[in-house]
Amino acid sequence: MTPPVLELDAVSAAYGPYRALFGVSVTVLEGATVALLGSNGAGKSTVARVASGLVPVTAGRVLAGGVDVTGKPAWRIARAGIAHVPEGRGVFSTLSVEENLVLSLRRRAGPRALRHSLEQAYLRFPALAERRHARAGTLSGGQQRLLSLAKVLVVPRKLLIADELSLGLAPHVVDDVYRALGDVQRAGTALLIVEQSIDRVLSIATSAVVLDHGSVAYAGPATEAADVVAHVLAPRGRPQGADGAMPAEPRVPRGRGWRRSQTT
Amino acid sequence: MEQLLGFAVPGVPYGCAYAVFAVGLVLTYRATGVFNFGFGAQAYASAFVFTWLVEDHAWPTWGAFVLAVVVLGPGLGLVFDRFLFRRIASTNTTAKIVTGLSLLVGIPALLPMVFGNANLVGAPSIMFNPNTVYVHLGADVPVNGMYLSAAILTVAMLVLLVLLLQTTTLGLEMRAAVESRRLLELEGVNAQRVTATAWAVSGLMAGLAGVLLAPTEATIQAPDYITLMVAAIAAAACAALRSMPIAAVAGVLIGVVSLVAQGYLPTSSVWYSAVLPALPFIVLVAALWVVPGLRHLDEATDPLSSVDPPPPPPVARVRGREIDRVVRTGWWLVLGAFAISMLTWIPRAWETVLNQGMAYSVIFLSITLLTGIAGQLSLAQATLAGVAAFTAGQLAMHAGLNFLAGGALGVLAAAAVAMLLALSSLRLRGLGLALMTLAAALLFDTAIFPAQSVSGGTGGLSIASSWLGLPLLAPDGHAYFVLALCVLALCAAGVTMVQRGTIGRFLSAMRGSEIGAAGIGVNLPWQRVLVFALSGALAGVGGTLLAIQQTVIAPGQFNYQLSLAFVVIVVTAGVGTVEGAIQAGIGLVVIQELLQYAPQRLQGLTFVLFAIGALTYSAHPEGIVELEKRRWTARAERALARLRSEPAPATASGRS
Repeated sequence: MTPPVLELDAVSAAYGPYRALFGVSVTVLEGATVALLGSNGAGKSTVARVASGLVPVTAGRVLAGGVDVTGKPAWRIARAGIAHVPEGRGVFSTLSVEENLVLSLRRRAGPRALRHSLEQAYLRFPALAERRHARAGTLSGGQQRLLSLAKVLVVPRKLLIADELSLGLAPHVVDDVYRALGDVQRAGTALLIVEQSIDRVLSIATSAVVLDHGSVAYAGPATEAADVVAHVLAPRGRPQGADGAMPAEPRVPRGRGWRRSQTT
Repeated sequence: MEQLLGFAVPGVPYGCAYAVFAVGLVLTYRATGVFNFGFGAQAYASAFVFTWLVEDHAWPTWGAFVLAVVVLGPGLGLVFDRFLFRRIASTNTTAKIVTGLSLLVGIPALLPMVFGNANLVGAPSIMFNPNTVYVHLGADVPVNGMYLSAAILTVAMLVLLVLLLQTTTLGLEMRAAVESRRLLELEGVNAQRVTATAWAVSGLMAGLAGVLLAPTEATIQAPDYITLMVAAIAAAACAALRSMPIAAVAGVLIGVVSLVAQGYLPTSSVWYSAVLPALPFIVLVAALWVVPGLRHLDEATDPLSSVDPPPPPPVARVRGREIDRVVRTGWWLVLGAFAISMLTWIPRAWETVLNQGMAYSVIFLSITLLTGIAGQLSLAQATLAGVAAFTAGQLAMHAGLNFLAGGALGVLAAAAVAMLLALSSLRLRGLGLALMTLAAALLFDTAIFPAQSVSGGTGGLSIASSWLGLPLLAPDGHAYFVLALCVLALCAAGVTMVQRGTIGRFLSAMRGSEIGAAGIGVNLPWQRVLVFALSGALAGVGGTLLAIQQTVIAPGQFNYQLSLAFVVIVVTAGVGTVEGAIQAGIGLVVIQELLQYAPQRLQGLTFVLFAIGALTYSAHPEGIVELEKRRWTARAERALARLRSEPAPATASGRS
């Protein structure tokens, strides 16, 4: 049996003095699609950042393809085949669309195949081809997300971590983004999807992890996750609102504090 | 035409050096996000080592070139990156500027100490012999080896650089690293290596510029390099710190046009004596006004900046009641003991030194107000002090006002100049503001202060005959000490009141976040003009006090290098508090006086010490002296708590 593409083993993490994760374990098997759910500030983005090496762990281990990459810099983990599309803007806004693609593809596809890979990307996303010499910062939000996905789609990685891909997009643009995600999935890339719109992500996920206050509240098949989410969030009498406010008193006091992830 | 060429060709080495300087600055800024004020010091270091090897140790020119430019230049850049700038990559602009400035102040003071030779003469020219004429442009324009090698090396360097950045992956990665090193790492690129490469390349350029310039001056002097760097900043600003080809062209033009104008303008005119030397700084001011790209220099671009932990809250200065009482009583005792000692047993020489320290303290208070409280970085505080001193001096000489009455008008003049400075830079912030104040300081230094009608030429202005009550303030009595103590106490109390009052709250809101401050209704432009005016007035008071103490005022007492050193000194001692400024003033003169007893070689140690202190600014923005004081206070609190065997009060610590 091949080792899982990503395994977080009882990982804790903190931003300075503010602790965000408390012994979280997440496993992503080869070719699987894992949905990472939870309210604002539950630690979803931190899990994504720990997996890609952006945030150092304070305890626990991170394994990529069975290899221990705990404490390794982000670029080493990226070279091991883990792509992370951060929430918000994930492209270099001062570089042109083409330069963004070149930056990403040149190393993975090699200089020879570069031209071919670029053409493939443009073929798949004609909107990018039209604006290939425009600065990436001038693209619309949806086009920027597609640009991030294009890099992964053309040269498949082992794992794509997608953080809040649909956030702030118009519904029909979200359709485009999810269509592209489906293509990534079919190319054999495992997915770890952080998402707020639960129904959407559970429709493509094979399993799900629900985070609450920086700990795992549920890990298992995606089909039951929706109930768990409703159950986890319901006792507070608080809908998963835009402000994501914490209840006045956490159910279990853990550590000194927590940090709300910046999802706006 | 021949005449024009004849004037233009000697400008080539300058133009080339400006171009290399400017491109190096743009490269570092673009690739690392740091505006490297230490660039001039790097160039000086390479020129120094190059000349030292060739002249004092008879190395072959090429060998010295390899060691000083190819090895030392990139080496210094890598050291800066590894040990300084890499650690402060995500801090604010002020910390980066202060770090650069401390390199600029510290390295030129350090080198003569290390090599034991401050006066190096007769730097050799590289490649071609400077005394041989290789080409004749037209009939009458000889081009000697120095001009030829400068032009060839510069063009080769620039072509290589453009090729590197435009056609290689490394260039692409450098441009990407500026926007977000983290995003670049997510692409599988080692961002630290990319940044280090940029530092090495820019260090190579600094070394090259230094060695190119070495033969144009008779001796290797650090101030020449620093002034040249500021001139090159003008060229970089013309390119909005963005485009390297524009920066290079602007640099060459500034160098050549100055020399051509020098040839054509009549030597007696004010254009020749005042405007021409200030040309680069006029260009810099114009660029800061006109080029729109310079207004948004410091805006954060990193979409992943939220990965950084939030900045620690400012350390609360809370002391327990007992400790507070002890400290306060201690301060009053020290003050009383100081006053009594000064009036009784302290020798005359030391009284003079400490008097001078009090005058400096007042000038430093202006930096406390402006930088510590309002968060605005000004590199022109010595200039403002000079404005007041020279105004007072001229009023004393010509209008017959005594020096104190004239001093009051001088202070107003300094405040007015500071207000003008603030008004002319309302749209700039951070780095842009620092550059504007630096340009203003250099304008005064080159065009206004040296004028006969302002300072009486380089010899300075003697004010000994125009004092108020000459016998009272005569150097033999203690009257000056009493005057200085009163003025310092008044100024310190004034700054404390501003800090604690409404204005202080507005200003610290502005320091925290300009957008946030505007959001709660703080009138930012007005607050900025106000704090500049107050700070200018304080600097003016200090400058006048210094002038009375020295009895002669010369332009050299108020030049821009002192402004740079002042910032570094105050930041080391503690920029956020009134005591910090006083510690800085007294500390500066005491260390300098003590060094009189040290070997000649160690004379530059003062600035090295303060520069090393300022390097810690990014880690401890409150200043290392202040930090140590807080640590000791916290220790005392804990000891006290243990003594009483009760838990320490929760608020009583300097720990964050």
